[in-house]
Amino acid sequence: MSETMTVSKQQIASKRGTLSTFWHDFRQRKVAFISFLFFVLLVILAVIGPYIVPFNPQTPDYNHVLQGMSQKHWAGTDEYGRDVLSRLIAGTRISLGIGISSVLIGAMAGTILGLVSGYFGKWVDKTIMRICDVLFAFPDILLAIGIVAILGPGLKNVIFAVAFFSVPSFARMVRGKTLEVKEMLFIEAEKSIGAKTNRIIFRHIFPETIPIIIVYLTMQVGTAILAAASLSFLGLGASPSSPDWGAMLSMSRDYIGTAFNLVFFPGLAIFLTVLSLNNLGDGLRDILDPKIKD
Amino acid sequence: MVDNELLKVKGLKKYFPISNGWFSSKEYVKAVDEVSFSVKKGETLSLVGESGCGKSTLGRLINGLIKADAGDIVFKGDNLAEASETKWRSYRKPMQMIFQDPYASLSPRMKIKEIIAEPLKIHDPSLSREEREAKVKSILEICGIDYYHSDKYPHEFSGGQRQRIGIARALILQPELIIADEPVSALDVSIQAQILNLLKKLQKDYQLTYLFISHDLSVVEHISDHVAVMYLGNIVEIAPREAIFEDPKHPYTKALLSSVPIPDPKLKRESIILKGEIPNAANPPKGCKFHTRCPLAMSICSKEIPIMKTVGDKQQMVACHLYQ
Repeated sequence: MSETMTVSKQQIASKRGTLSTFWHDFRQRKVAFISFLFFVLLVILAVIGPYIVPFNPQTPDYNHVLQGMSQKHWAGTDEYGRDVLSRLIAGTRISLGIGISSVLIGAMAGTILGLVSGYFGKWVDKTIMRICDVLFAFPDILLAIGIVAILGPGLKNVIFAVAFFSVPSFARMVRGKTLEVKEMLFIEAEKSIGAKTNRIIFRHIFPETIPIIIVYLTMQVGTAILAAASLSFLGLGASPSSPDWGAMLSMSRDYIGTAFNLVFFPGLAIFLTVLSLNNLGDGLRDILDPKIKD
Repeated sequence: MVDNELLKVKGLKKYFPISNGWFSSKEYVKAVDEVSFSVKKGETLSLVGESGCGKSTLGRLINGLIKADAGDIVFKGDNLAEASETKWRSYRKPMQMIFQDPYASLSPRMKIKEIIAEPLKIHDPSLSREEREAKVKSILEICGIDYYHSDKYPHEFSGGQRQRIGIARALILQPELIIADEPVSALDVSIQAQILNLLKKLQKDYQLTYLFISHDLSVVEHISDHVAVMYLGNIVEIAPREAIFEDPKHPYTKALLSSVPIPDPKLKRESIILKGEIPNAANPPKGCKFHTRCPLAMSICSKEIPIMKTVGDKQQMVACHLYQ
């Protein structure tokens, strides 16, 4: 009786797919899981935020300028009397939008370059990797400032700039994994069947690189949000009137001595978002790919 | 001998360069050096030898996974040694490969029905989904895997089952030549027998030709028609199976055979134990490469390279100065 019990338990365990094992492992990691819940909350806010804000984040109210925290304005109001909480909620969309879209673009370009570089090797690899080395030599934010300086300020250009500086890290990481995977026997088996190069790269090598891409993507979104906020703070990103966290910081820095809430809450929003994304990335890395740790 | 020859290899060479810094002269590992043999349709030729003797390199050369430095690979009358990648691709359909490690040779992120359908998608893209699935189903059943399992991933199978999946993938295009690179050496002995019997049955049913690479002489005795013995990149003896196992000529073949355990404790046999390690392939001994370990070495052996010669009346070819 007990034997049949164990057997059936084993069968259940073996039947459980990779996805549910992943979910189980993920929930074991408290910090990562809480970060994930926070990130989900941010995404929900980004989607429905503009419809649930208590006040219009754009409309000035000159009767209630620079108020402190109160029952009516939980996070106070800014120098035009706009509700800070509403602006923060509305700003989630801009910050996450910039962060995610720029990193996705950068990841796509970087992945293709990394796959090509790692698979073909020789001069292709050398060329791509030397260009990446050059880009690595610039501090990220300096590179982004340079690009925005050339293209001009604005959200689209910020996205492009942030995407641009995340390309080399993705390229280098995917290349490393490609070098490892392309020597594996099942790739040789594919070649012996007669598979063409693009089939081998995209159908067989690319899926093996997905876990490390996901992990790095998550961490890089935090960096991208920070970079976008920095650009906005410097006046190179979102226009000062739009509810962007970086722009809010920039606008309120003159009041840092008198109205700390104006600086504190946007800073806190950026801090918590980046922290949660970094923790989420760490947790995903531990589950998906325990080998990369840098 | 020429009439039904499926594969003929002549003077095949593959040297892997090893460089020791910028200023020293380039050295080469002679992985495969002047190898010639031929395989008739429907037969099995086994390549045996110690690890590092170049037998797997030879298999990969014939399959075009690596390019030969010199020599001819004549398959179905066409010389493939110099062929372009596109021409090679069309010849990969009648020439398939089975790999040693069934754990590593199957893509871990594909279901087995996708793995087996891969060759069809590559070579017969016009097939409809239903036709493809029907083919996958029939080939799986031929190889002894229930179609019910086709939605599973490779890690859910045992080693023997995975090797069956590997065989199914090789068979689905109805190839003529199968290069089997140590197909059973990663498996348990009981499973080895099952896989070997499956290979034999398939050979009979589909007139397959095997190039069977192995280091295990008891496996080779079970499956081969002809046996070629390799040592440091050269074939030292090639002969029909009975001749090799009953009357080996080359001292190396004799030593190899004497190392096969016999399952009878009473039977006493003189075992020839070779001295020393297999020499470095980058710097092989002059003359006959085997002379440093040969119990019967003569003075000529360290000076001249022996040529392949037919010895006896059983088409037995030996490269040894004892028979020159």
